[in-house]
Amino acid sequence: MATIADAPRRKRKDDTQLAILFILPALIGFLVFLLWPTLRGIYLSFTKFNLLTPPEFNGLDNYVRMVQDPVFWNSLRVTVYYVIVNIVIQTALALAIAVMMQRLTKRTWLRGIVLTPYLVSNVVAALIFLWILDYQLGIGNRVLELIGMDRIAFLADSNWVIPTVALINVWRHVGYTALLIFAGLQTIPETLYEAGRTDGASELTMFRRITLPLLRPILALVLIITVVGSFQVFDTVAVTTRGGPIDSSRVLQYYIYDMAFGRFQFGYASAMSVALLVVLVVITFLQYRLTRAEQSDLA
Amino acid sequence: MATATEPVAVPVAADISDKSPRTSFNFGRALAWIFMILVILASLFPFYWMLRTALSSNNALYAGSDSLLPVDTSWGGFERVFGLQTGQEAIDAGGAGQPINFWHYLANSVIVSCLVTAGQVFFSAMAAYAFARLQWRHREKVFAFFLAGLMIPAIFTLLPNFVLIKQLGLVDTLLGISLPTMLMTPFAVFFLRQFFLGISREVEEAALVEGASKVRVFFRLILPMSSAPLATLAILTYITSWNDYFWPLMVSYTDRSRVLTVALGVFKSQTPQTGPDWSGLMAATLVAALPMLVLFFFFAKRIVNSIGFSGIK
Repeated sequence: MATIADAPRRKRKDDTQLAILFILPALIGFLVFLLWPTLRGIYLSFTKFNLLTPPEFNGLDNYVRMVQDPVFWNSLRVTVYYVIVNIVIQTALALAIAVMMQRLTKRTWLRGIVLTPYLVSNVVAALIFLWILDYQLGIGNRVLELIGMDRIAFLADSNWVIPTVALINVWRHVGYTALLIFAGLQTIPETLYEAGRTDGASELTMFRRITLPLLRPILALVLIITVVGSFQVFDTVAVTTRGGPIDSSRVLQYYIYDMAFGRFQFGYASAMSVALLVVLVVITFLQYRLTRAEQSDLA
Repeated sequence: MATATEPVAVPVAADISDKSPRTSFNFGRALAWIFMILVILASLFPFYWMLRTALSSNNALYAGSDSLLPVDTSWGGFERVFGLQTGQEAIDAGGAGQPINFWHYLANSVIVSCLVTAGQVFFSAMAAYAFARLQWRHREKVFAFFLAGLMIPAIFTLLPNFVLIKQLGLVDTLLGISLPTMLMTPFAVFFLRQFFLGISREVEEAALVEGASKVRVFFRLILPMSSAPLATLAILTYITSWNDYFWPLMVSYTDRSRVLTVALGVFKSQTPQTGPDWSGLMAATLVAALPMLVLFFFFAKRIVNSIGFSGIK
């Protein structure tokens, strides 16, 4: 490298003009559609804004209203309930699938099949299950009947609706989560399992003693990604139940949407968005700390 | 570090310890395969059920609700979805009777996804090259700034972005739907920068010594050498854009800019009085899902292998 004459190198040293040209489109995208809306969203949360007249600053009014709004608290509770059901089932299943794939076959076709539901939209997944779980004609209820159980109004019964929505989204996302965990499993050296096997350890023991502890940092990252995603649930609810029956599936993001586009109260909707943002930041931070995501035991 | 050693098992003779885990292993393997087969069935059955219902006649579904094959096989569902049945025909077949034409929504979805993919991948690649290879002041600071964008949940920017799109007069246009993700995403820039950093500098230096400009190096050298990651990113972007619902739901109001996901929601809400037009709805769902399933069929290996931890995502 050093043999190349110094002069042309120095001439090329500074590419500022070219660099500005190259980052300009992306920079505009970043400033106009990411940074500016973020700041504006925070600003709008302190205003009264109906989209037709300019926003009027009204201090903390929206936040005071939020704290006193029982529907908001109900939405938050419904959302947290959804996230817990969704994440617990999805993570347990994904972990099981990933470990099985690791031990059985690493062939691409199996991973492909497991990932297939992830390729269709939430709307498609929601509609297919709306049909499968239909009270009258759905094959799901026919199967329940055949094995001697009562029909269940999965999406019309206030006790069933959140677990059902959670399971629909497990169906769509579990394969993706499993593949993330599977990628993490590839970082565990095979020699550890060989050593375990020669020592006569069972598969279960090896899972408990080798896989789980060494997978912890990856699992923590997966949890952060999936929990943050799970809190933003909207599509499935919007297509199947529209928040019903009687607010029992009115998740926070649906309430925000309804407030903005159903009632044109953009200021209040923005305040609730800020609340959701704060919840997400706090949860990410706590999870990161609690699960020590940054430290690997594979030193 | 955790050890897998069970101290109790140590005194056992070597030949037995070699054999006993294998027998239990086989039993475990069988159970594991049963579990995986259930997972495969659960993953694929809903797709089959969608197809089976789409090919059935709506009026026969009640009597044949547990038939595993299509009941009274017909293309009626697809004909309604593509507006090939007249209003009365559709109503008689259990449809809503409103004119609906999924060709139009299909075209809208294709246009939006192509705009987003082409724009996002190209502009992100340019920015990634500037961050990976060009020398300029404050490069690292600006890049850190971009990366911070990854922390903002997309959902938070939707509402203010809608206000912006409205002010720009782009509500209910395909450009309005595409614009916010057309210029960059922090992930795309980060993802491509990683690959550009890995390209050997020597080839690049050689081209520069021969008098090629950096712009030429980018187009003639860097882009062709990164065709694999560029293709992966393009496919993932296309799928994400195709499947997006919340943002287009906010921006599009009429057929003019309605994309497939939004059209599906509208179709579902036009339930006729006699009960939902399930075969029509499943035909519509299939039309929305099929292009991605075909794409997946051809690029399965690439897509499957792209999922992992490329640094952050």
